[in-house]
Amino acid sequence: MAYLEAVRSFIIENFLFGDDAQLTEDTSFLEDGIVDSTGILELVAFLEETYDITVEDDELIPENMDRLNSIVRYLEKKLSDV
Amino acid sequence: MCGIAGICLLNNSGEISLEVLRRMTAALHHRGPDEAGIYLDHQVGLGHARLSIIDLSSGCQPIHNEDETLWIIYNGEVYNYVELKQELVEKGYSFYTTSDTEVVLQLYQEEGPDCLERLNGQFAMAIWDAKKQELFLARDRVGIRPLHYTIQNNALIFSSEIKSIFMVESVPREIDPIAMDQIFTFWTTLPGYTIFKNIHELPPGHYLKLSKGQIIVKRYWDFPLYPRYEHWDLSPYELSEQIRQLLLEAVRIRLRADVTVGSYLSGGLDSSGVTSLIVNNFNSEACTFGIRFEEEAFDEGDHQNRMVSFLKVNHREVHAHNKKIGSVFPEVVWHTEKPLLRTAPVPLFLLSRLVRENSLKVVLTGEGADEVFGGYNIFREAKVRRFWAKQPHSDRRSALIDTLYPYIFKNPRLQRSLHSFFSRGLNQIDDPFFSHLIRWENTSNIKKFFSQELQTQIGAYNGYEQLRQSLPAAYDQWDGLSQAQYLEIVLFLSNYLLSSQGDRMAMGNSVEIRLPFLDPNLMEFMGRVPSRWKILGLNEKHILKKSFTPLLPEEIIRRAKHPYRAPIKHSLLNENACAYTKEMLSESMLKKAGLFKADKVNLLIRKMLKVDQSREIDDMALVGILSSQLVYQQFVANFPHQFPRAISLDLVVDRRKTRSSTLIKLKRKN
Repeated sequence: MAYLEAVRSFIIENFLFGDDAQLTEDTSFLEDGIVDSTGILELVAFLEETYDITVEDDELIPENMDRLNSIVRYLEKKLSDV
Repeated sequence: MCGIAGICLLNNSGEISLEVLRRMTAALHHRGPDEAGIYLDHQVGLGHARLSIIDLSSGCQPIHNEDETLWIIYNGEVYNYVELKQELVEKGYSFYTTSDTEVVLQLYQEEGPDCLERLNGQFAMAIWDAKKQELFLARDRVGIRPLHYTIQNNALIFSSEIKSIFMVESVPREIDPIAMDQIFTFWTTLPGYTIFKNIHELPPGHYLKLSKGQIIVKRYWDFPLYPRYEHWDLSPYELSEQIRQLLLEAVRIRLRADVTVGSYLSGGLDSSGVTSLIVNNFNSEACTFGIRFEEEAFDEGDHQNRMVSFLKVNHREVHAHNKKIGSVFPEVVWHTEKPLLRTAPVPLFLLSRLVRENSLKVVLTGEGADEVFGGYNIFREAKVRRFWAKQPHSDRRSALIDTLYPYIFKNPRLQRSLHSFFSRGLNQIDDPFFSHLIRWENTSNIKKFFSQELQTQIGAYNGYEQLRQSLPAAYDQWDGLSQAQYLEIVLFLSNYLLSSQGDRMAMGNSVEIRLPFLDPNLMEFMGRVPSRWKILGLNEKHILKKSFTPLLPEEIIRRAKHPYRAPIKHSLLNENACAYTKEMLSESMLKKAGLFKADKVNLLIRKMLKVDQSREIDDMALVGILSSQLVYQQFVANFPHQFPRAISLDLVVDRRKTRSSTLIKLKRKN
């Protein structure tokens, strides 16, 4: 839950500029134009800095990064592996 | 090059004020600082501000025909006027000037609106037929020269620039929500629109006729593109030879002037090719002008220097420092008269200033080559995506996208995300906008900053649908590249590249640009060149490179295309620019203009200030919001109805107090 809220706030502040009306846990960032291709880098930088992790190249795929719930799943797995 | 302005009453009531015409003409002083003239009768008023280039001594306008029943004001050049004049002389016409303007007028007298198809040039004009009481307005094929009009209080008011129309105080100045929606989708307004409500643009390749109170707007030309079965069956060698000959002729007639003609030289293929044609054939001591940037990512200095030493031209360069770009941005928006999503026009404004400081007023440029010959990445991107769409799961096919955008893909971590980004709409290859949908939808994301009020005013308006309905009947028969070329020409070329980045940036410093790549004969020829020779594989402008091979160093031919861009964040959010950016983006100014949500804009600025390199979409949002605020401030909230600069008139023809057969010239400068 904590992951979800933190990532959600980051997305709302940095990509939606405060407007959370269209964002659900299952909204696709790419399809809905919320985070574009280069915005993914900002998202990754946020995750690496906030959770002190390194997102490996092969983890940087839409299946991990394109929705709030996929990011949460990814973080849960990543941080439990540590 | 010049500025034209006028008022025509729709019926016999009312009168036209000489003072208003003088003010409208004065607002165009930057377009024509050399001379000014006015024609006025009971029905019409015409104003002209002249930049003297051909016929320096006797070309003052308005110009009339032999019996003084036709009067013309004219902004532009017709390069084939020498040949046309010869024809007219043989038919018995005589001329009192040596200008191209008088040739255009007499040709109109001979052929009517059909004369437009005979003109090879760039122009916007107004012709008043005092006998028939008819006004004729026309604009060149691709829209190199601007012309706007509005209908207010029973009068048609027109001008090269909108600020001149606004000198008529009764004309309302209001931002058009529909135009805002268009700009924040297509990067510019659709043909016919301007950012201001009820101020229309006469679209390129159109004329307007006002007769007996009725206005007719008619297209006389459209960009020539043909289905495959009408393409040339010539070898690439034959094509490239013919193209070089056509370009040589296009350059030759564009050097016709009674003043020195220079050239822009960026170090890219197009301007290098044009300059090479000039130096090798017409003027071995040509003056050239180029832009330098302080950030390496934008700068083309090495290639520019290579061309300067190769051609041994007399080269000058302007350094477009980030702070400089920021500080002149408001002045640039004053000239573009519409919101921008890029700062790229600014260095061109600085460049034309350099031209003027070097006492030149005419330059040839390489604009138009990317549209005519297939140079843009968006064309290649569409080609790759069509190929990819046939096998959507193929990694090899999707990897072709990487080669198009090496500067984005330089970070291998992004590869999968970027492929997802570009795979959007792969199942829409039959959509007429397949090539452009990703760009437009991406740009549309900026609309989230629109205020609730603006969104309500836009309502259910759908720009795609409007554009779809304006496509030519043959559009479906064209191949993918031709369709993409058409969209790029109708939208980006006419309304942005030739306007905000072309005419307006040059005329802002009283400089005329001439564009050989948009020569009608060349465009007609290229319309029948098979697309595979335009982009061979993924090699853009292949056939043009082949044409230029004998003229240019191999490294210039082979260099990867360098998209011309200018810095945004470091230009607009620095301490030099911040005085006006802070003011324009303040909560109170945003609320006053009512276009954007102040809290969202505030978050955007805060975010951009935190990072060193901002995202492209954030950059575009910043430029779009700031320039819209400047348009509002300069044209709606705080428009100066009286310019500080008063103009002196060199020619006044005032027929109000006399019968129409009598002409009074109040003043004429020798």
